[in-house]
Amino acid sequence: MKPERLEPVPFRGGGFAPRMSRAGGAVALLGLIALWQAATSILHVSPLFMPSPLAIAAALYQLVVHGDLLSQVGVSVLRILAGWSLGVVAGLALGLGMGLFSFARSAGFSIVSALFPIPKIALLPLMILWFGIGEGSKVATIALGVFFPTAISAASGVDSVPRNLIRMAQSFGLPFGDIVRKVVLPGALPSILAGFRISSSIALLLVVSAEMIGAEKGIGAFVLQAGNLMQTDQLLAGVVVLSLIGLVVARAIGALEARLIDWR
Amino acid sequence: MAEIALDGVSHRFGALDVLVDVSFSVGAGEIAAIVGPSGCGKSTLLSIAGGLLQPSAGSVRAGGFPAASLNPLTFVFQDFALLPWRDVAGNVALALEHRALSPHETKTIVADVLARTGLSDFAAALPKQLSGGMRQRVGLARALAVRPAVLLMDEPLSALDSQTRDLLMDDLSRLLEDGDMSVLYVTHNLDEAVRLADRAIVFSRRPGRIRAISQAPVPRAKRRDPAHAETLARWRADLWDMIRGEAAEAERETVAERAP
Repeated sequence: MKPERLEPVPFRGGGFAPRMSRAGGAVALLGLIALWQAATSILHVSPLFMPSPLAIAAALYQLVVHGDLLSQVGVSVLRILAGWSLGVVAGLALGLGMGLFSFARSAGFSIVSALFPIPKIALLPLMILWFGIGEGSKVATIALGVFFPTAISAASGVDSVPRNLIRMAQSFGLPFGDIVRKVVLPGALPSILAGFRISSSIALLLVVSAEMIGAEKGIGAFVLQAGNLMQTDQLLAGVVVLSLIGLVVARAIGALEARLIDWR
Repeated sequence: MAEIALDGVSHRFGALDVLVDVSFSVGAGEIAAIVGPSGCGKSTLLSIAGGLLQPSAGSVRAGGFPAASLNPLTFVFQDFALLPWRDVAGNVALALEHRALSPHETKTIVADVLARTGLSDFAAALPKQLSGGMRQRVGLARALAVRPAVLLMDEPLSALDSQTRDLLMDDLSRLLEDGDMSVLYVTHNLDEAVRLADRAIVFSRRPGRIRAISQAPVPRAKRRDPAHAETLARWRADLWDMIRGEAAEAERETVAERAP
């Protein structure tokens, strides 16, 4: 039977596809800062309680040009680099071992699951007893904090390498070392790099905490001291620097991912 | 001349019997299709034949490989098994790099097999840039690069759509024509068996045992000849008759096992 008239079929497949816009993001961020600036001047908030963005920028400029903020940052960055490198090397060794060998797997998983939940900053006093109040204890705390997530991401990276690729390599007679180098490591790389993101933010967190507990130099010590002296603009200038460090590290890892795992 | 022989091979995964007392051999230049219902242990059998899995009982022996063969028992995988981070040439070269070959020899072999499989223009492409059919061509090129004596093909076309499958079947029959490779070709697709095989080894449902061995009625070279179409259609129907009941039973068993 032929219907009397045909209605247009209404479109109902829209939505659920949010898009990112760089410009929109920038506007939102600048808008927030402008709102903050306006609020502090209109409401006459005490700069001791909450300085305006302009005041923070001025403090940052002063600290960089006339103060020693850069050398404080340098001290922290060196601690992060040393602790992170040590933790990553040891973590990768254990994690890859856990992914490849039965003994390392059994031993590694029980040790990691027992020690991973400990907040590493709680071990700083012990580290100070062992390595002294100087650089050693801070570097060791960061290394410990980085070690566990790195080991876990490396082990799960090896586990995530498709079994059929390993069987393929075996079927073509590749020796064990070649399979690890050409199949397992590249296959585990996405997970290892994702682990870098986590471990680098842990390293930043730990360096600040450790410097707040026992250090004369470093960005953590600087922020704490500014707070004690009620120099809120300087305190927040230090926080801005910390967020910049975090951004730079995230960008660097992003660039590494774009270069090394563009095959995904 | 190359030959591979399975003798009383049985296999079980835990309490599950997968293969029971499978014995047959494939001679030089022969293509044997292993057909049977899903889950009858065909792929398991191929893994055992190629030394990737140890059978619970029985043995596999092979020999008579040409000296030039770099990897006598070579697999072609259903899911292609390509390294996603290597380009086409790199995936083929992976099979050669650990052999005692000069870089020049490796390059020559890679270029040669890429030409034979129609991939020369795609040497620098990553797997993610290729269609399924092209990916399996890479799998074939990689297998041919090591000059196999026995080719172990595990449902090589079943991940492809039916048009691509037809195209690749033509290529396969051409590539398998020259040379005296023995081929063990696992498939659940009877068209592939009828097109490519000298012999069909028909398996029962799980636990898989050999139900029948059926010789092709027409030599491989004449399969495309319309004069033989009817004979081949009859062979296909005979094979399907043997499998149909088993496949229906297997299907019901699978459903029954899933039920709570």
